[in-house]
Amino acid sequence: MNVLNVPRLLGHTLWVSALLLLAIVAGVAIGETSISLPVIFQVLANKLWAAGFAVDPIDEGIVWNYRLTRAIVAATCGAGLAISGVVLQSLLRNALADPYLLGISAGASTGAVLVAIIGLGAGAISLSAGAFVGAIAAFAMVALLARSSRGQTAAGQVILAGIAGSQLFNALTSFLITKSASAEQARGIMFWLLGNLSGVRWSSVTLSVPVVLIGLGVCLWHRRSLDAFTFGADSAASLGIPVRRVQTLLIATAALVTAVMVSIVGSIGFVGLVIPHAVRMVAGVRHARLLPLSALSGALFLIAADVLSRILIKGQVLPIGVITALVGAPVFVLILVRGNRTR
Amino acid sequence: MNASVEQATHVLSGQNLSYSVKGAQLLTDVSLAIRPGENLGIVGPNGSGKSTLLKLLAGIQAPTSGEVFLQGERLSAIRRRDIAQRLAVVEQHAETSDSISLLQAVELGRTPWLSALAPWSDEDERIVSQAIADVSLQHLRQRAWHTLSGGERQRAHIARALAQRPQILLLDEPTNHLDIQQQLSILSLVHQLPVTTVIALHDLNQALACDRLAVMDHGRLVALGSPFEVLTPQRLLGTFGVHGHWLTDPFDGARILRLRTA
Repeated sequence: MNVLNVPRLLGHTLWVSALLLLAIVAGVAIGETSISLPVIFQVLANKLWAAGFAVDPIDEGIVWNYRLTRAIVAATCGAGLAISGVVLQSLLRNALADPYLLGISAGASTGAVLVAIIGLGAGAISLSAGAFVGAIAAFAMVALLARSSRGQTAAGQVILAGIAGSQLFNALTSFLITKSASAEQARGIMFWLLGNLSGVRWSSVTLSVPVVLIGLGVCLWHRRSLDAFTFGADSAASLGIPVRRVQTLLIATAALVTAVMVSIVGSIGFVGLVIPHAVRMVAGVRHARLLPLSALSGALFLIAADVLSRILIKGQVLPIGVITALVGAPVFVLILVRGNRTR
Repeated sequence: MNASVEQATHVLSGQNLSYSVKGAQLLTDVSLAIRPGENLGIVGPNGSGKSTLLKLLAGIQAPTSGEVFLQGERLSAIRRRDIAQRLAVVEQHAETSDSISLLQAVELGRTPWLSALAPWSDEDERIVSQAIADVSLQHLRQRAWHTLSGGERQRAHIARALAQRPQILLLDEPTNHLDIQQQLSILSLVHQLPVTTVIALHDLNQALACDRLAVMDHGRLVALGSPFEVLTPQRLLGTFGVHGHWLTDPFDGARILRLRTA
């Protein structure tokens, strides 16, 4: 039940934090140059409490500036995409809804291409900023389209508007690349689009952590409203949910969280689609459990995917989106098959 | 009688309700008032506006013109949550692909009484159990939704609505697509409920059990009164396009309608 039981809540927070911490430490330790646990803890102690351990500055740089930031951003990104997926699937009553449904990844790619290839902003705007603006622009267009065409089923209109918006912005991106990009630039953009955590620094951490925490908070606050959509929007209305307001707020939240994540790491596919389904099969459909567990699973999944992307091929980092799809698709099939059998 | 006094004695009323969407006039100038404790049936051919009228009365859709009053208050001025604490709806088709249990579906009925911070209480637990007992589904509490029959699902929806602890229950053709035994058992269940009910029905003989009937025709309310008053041979021909006359069942002396094509 949804009992607000403080000791139990604390207990849950404790084991979730411990698990996340463990995963992040593993993410820091594993890589082309393995770093031993004592060194990791010495670096953390030095940085957090000025403990003054003597550590190789190269190791310190790898741990603090590269791997730790990567692991934390991977975690927030996985969590953010997973909760966005949960919210969109629940509100739109569509199992195939994912965070990129609202045109966000397409818009981000257009924004990124405008900055990186066309040179919009003359170097004053970063790729990330361009991607963010593009993502928000695409979402605004999709929202406007969905609103002005609102008919009997709002969910259907949102999905159709999202598809239309995505197609338009993807076409724009392709057009810009074919028209102006060199082969090298096109490859770079392609790599970025499939998800890339190598550009991540502390500034990304200080952006993505609060965004995902606030996003999770907003969604959890509305967990009962999300539950009430089980039998559709009319049913939610008859259960006392101000449907239009809740839909607008939660879809905008999901869009913002996704846009921030896409602007930091590119569009990592599969997490937002698969994690919510996988968690539903294990933990049920109640959002009080589904949301935090999806966030946790998404975080763990992306940390693991990032580690894999770094060690799978020696001397080369694979786009993380490739890993999420390669691992995610078979796992999802497995869950589907097993889920059907047990039912 | 003074208008405001009249509204206060009615649990739910609609005044000059009209509704149109994309140029199609679905409801025209409907006024009716529901008395406390009564069982009002809404009948009419397909497309006569039964469902639309129920949606307006429930506040799920806003009338293009006119006003709905809930216990004397303008419905448009009441928060959705407060409406849901007094008025519950059982839809014609409310389905889900989520794998939830019957119990979880009924628990949704407590939504208007819970806030983001208020925990689920023993009281909520008790009300949900009572609602499930009221529709005699205790033995299926933990069953998965998609394994339930149509009649069991409809009962569960009624239990979900009862868990809202409403004073008024609106039902849109709750017996649609059910076999005859389940139809009769749902209807007798609805008639025994201790709340004011408004129910849209297709079968005129089943509608005879209602206290009063509202007859809809092309979006207008053409008659409102006791079943035997309003279902006259002339109205049956004019509105439903069938010939009908009354028979008396020798089994229990009940009057039934015999209907033939016109």
